[in-house]
Amino acid sequence: MKVIGGAVILRSQTNNQGADVGTFKDPKDVKVAKTVSINKKKLKEAGIFSVFVGPVFLAFTIIVLIPFFTGVYYAFTDWNGVTGTIKWVGLENFKYIFTQDTAFKESFLLTTKYTVVAILLTNIIGFGLALLVTQKLKTRNILRTVFFMPNLIGGILLGFIWQFIFIKGFASIGQLTGIHLFTLSWLGDAKTAFWGLVIVSVWQGAGYIMIIYVAALQNVPQELIEAARIDGANKWQILRHITMPMVAPAVTICLFLTTASSFKIFDSNLSLTNGGPFKSTEMLALNIYTEAFVNNRYGIGEAKALIFFIVVAAITILQVTLSKKKEVES
Amino acid sequence: MGSKYTGKTVVTEFFGILLGLIFLIPFYYVVSNSLKSFTEILTNTSALPKVFEFQNYVQAFEKLNYLKVFSNSLIITVASNLVLVIFCSMAAYMLVRTKKKISNILFMTFVAAMIIPFQSIMIPLIKTTSSLGLLNSIWGLVIMYLGFGSGMTIFLYHGFIKGIPVELEEAAIIDGCTRFGVFFRIVFPLMKPITVTVIILNSLWIWNDYLLPSLVLQDPELRTIPLATFFFFGQYTKQWDLALAALVMGILPLLIFFFAMQKHIIKGITSGAIK
Repeated sequence: MKVIGGAVILRSQTNNQGADVGTFKDPKDVKVAKTVSINKKKLKEAGIFSVFVGPVFLAFTIIVLIPFFTGVYYAFTDWNGVTGTIKWVGLENFKYIFTQDTAFKESFLLTTKYTVVAILLTNIIGFGLALLVTQKLKTRNILRTVFFMPNLIGGILLGFIWQFIFIKGFASIGQLTGIHLFTLSWLGDAKTAFWGLVIVSVWQGAGYIMIIYVAALQNVPQELIEAARIDGANKWQILRHITMPMVAPAVTICLFLTTASSFKIFDSNLSLTNGGPFKSTEMLALNIYTEAFVNNRYGIGEAKALIFFIVVAAITILQVTLSKKKEVES
Repeated sequence: MGSKYTGKTVVTEFFGILLGLIFLIPFYYVVSNSLKSFTEILTNTSALPKVFEFQNYVQAFEKLNYLKVFSNSLIITVASNLVLVIFCSMAAYMLVRTKKKISNILFMTFVAAMIIPFQSIMIPLIKTTSSLGLLNSIWGLVIMYLGFGSGMTIFLYHGFIKGIPVELEEAAIIDGCTRFGVFFRIVFPLMKPITVTVIILNSLWIWNDYLLPSLVLQDPELRTIPLATFFFFGQYTKQWDLALAALVMGILPLLIFFFAMQKHIIKGITSGAIK
C-alpha cells in the first residue's frame, strides 16, 4: 500500500513539473489560428515527457543535486549541526585543513599510497588469474567461480572475516608452521595493518578484475597467436607482443576501476581496523566520516568532502578522456 | 589448435587448484570455526571441529533477529530494484526518443553526477531528508537508492535503447497504442537483457551497502544484514563463536543468489564494467 501511495505522490508532483516544462517550451512564432491546437499538442508531449522522466529526476534532485550543492556551500561555513546559526567563514576551513589538520594530510598520503599499492597488486594478480583460467584446464570454470566469490561479499562483512583471520587464523598458522610472518600481531601494528587492508582489497578485487581481463583475452584472435607460434614465437613473446597490446584497452578500464574503488575505500577500513591502531590506517573517506559524525564539525567535514570530490572527479575525467582518445585511435 | 592435455597443463592445473585453495582459506576458517565451541576456537583454530556446535547458529540467529534483518534487506533490495528499473527505464526511453536539447542536458546531468562520491553528499543529505520525513524509514531509503542509482541505471538503459529500432513503435502508435502502451508492451520486454544486468549490479551494491543505511535507519528494528552484523560485532567483541555464526548467515544469502544466477552475474559485471 505504501509504495502505491508514494508513486501517486510522485506522479502528482510530476504533473506540476510538466506544466512548467510546457510553458517553458512555449512556441512564439506560430500563426494565431494554429496556436491553440499546437500548444495543446506540445503541452501534451511535455506532459508525457515529464511523466516518464519526472519521477526519477525528482528523486535525483532531492537526493543528489540539492545535497551536493548545499554541501559545497556548507564547506565555507562553521556549521556544526547543533547551533541554529550558520556563519560564512570563507576559506577558513580549507586553511585549517591544509595548515593545522595533520591527520588529514597523513590520511591523504596514506590513501594515495594504499591506492597505488592496491591498484598494482590487484591488476597484476587479476591479470595472472585471467591468464590461468583461460588455459585449457579441466577446473577452469570452478576456479573462476572461486576467484570471483570474495567479490560478492560487502566490505563490512569482509573486514570482519579478515579480522578473525588476522587475529586467530594467522596466530594458529604461525603456531603450526613456525613462520615468523604469521606470529605478528597484524592489526596491532601500523605497518602490518596497512598491508592487512591491502590483502583484503586484493582478495576481494582480483576476481572482479580477472573477469574483465578474461573477457578481453577471449577477444584476442586465435589466428594471430597461431600465426606467431608458426613463426617460432615462444609463449613469453606471444604474451608480450600479441596478448598484452590486444588487451590494453581492458587494462585502462581496470586501472581506473581499481583507482576509484581504492581511493574511496570505507567499509573494510571501518570493520577491519576502524582506522587503528591510533588512527594510523584512517583513510580519507573514514577521516571525513569521523570529522562529520563523530566530531560533529560538519563545516570542516564538508570542506574535506569537497577536496575529496575534486580528486575523485579529476581521476574520473582523466579516465574518460583517456579511454575516448584510445577509442579514436583504434 | 593445441588442445592436447600435456604434462605442462597438469602442472598448471595443479598450480591453479593450489591457488584456488589459498583463496578459499578465509572461508574455511570462518565456516569451520563457526561450528566450534568458544574454547575449541581458541585452542584448535585450524583443525576441523571435533564436535559440531550448532547452538552457535541458534543463538546468533536469535540475537541478530535474523529473520527480521534478512527480510529488511530483502524488502529494501527488491523495492529499490523495482523503482530503479521502472522509473529509470522510462526516463532513459524518453530521453533517447525525444530529440531535444533538454533531453541531452538531463542525460548529461544524470551521468555527470555519477562522479560525486557519497561522502560529498552524505552530510547535507541527512539534513535535507530529515525535514522531508525520509529518515528512519525503509521507504525513505528506497527513494534514496532511486536517487543514487539513477545515474548508472539510466546510463545503461540509454545505451541499450539507442540500439532498438524506432519503426516498431511508430507502427504501434499508428495502430492507436498510447505512449505508455508502446513503452510497457513493446519496448520494455525488448530490454530484458539490460534489465537483468541492471538488477544484478544494483542488487550487489544495495544488499552490501553499509554507510547509507547506517545514517538513515536508526531504529534497530529496521536494520539490514550489514548493519546488524556491524552492531553484533561491536556488542560481542571477541566472542568469536557467535560472531562467526552471524557472519556465515550474513554471507549465505549472497552465495545462494550467486550460485543461482552465476552466468547472469558474470555477464552483467562484464558488460557493466566495460560501458
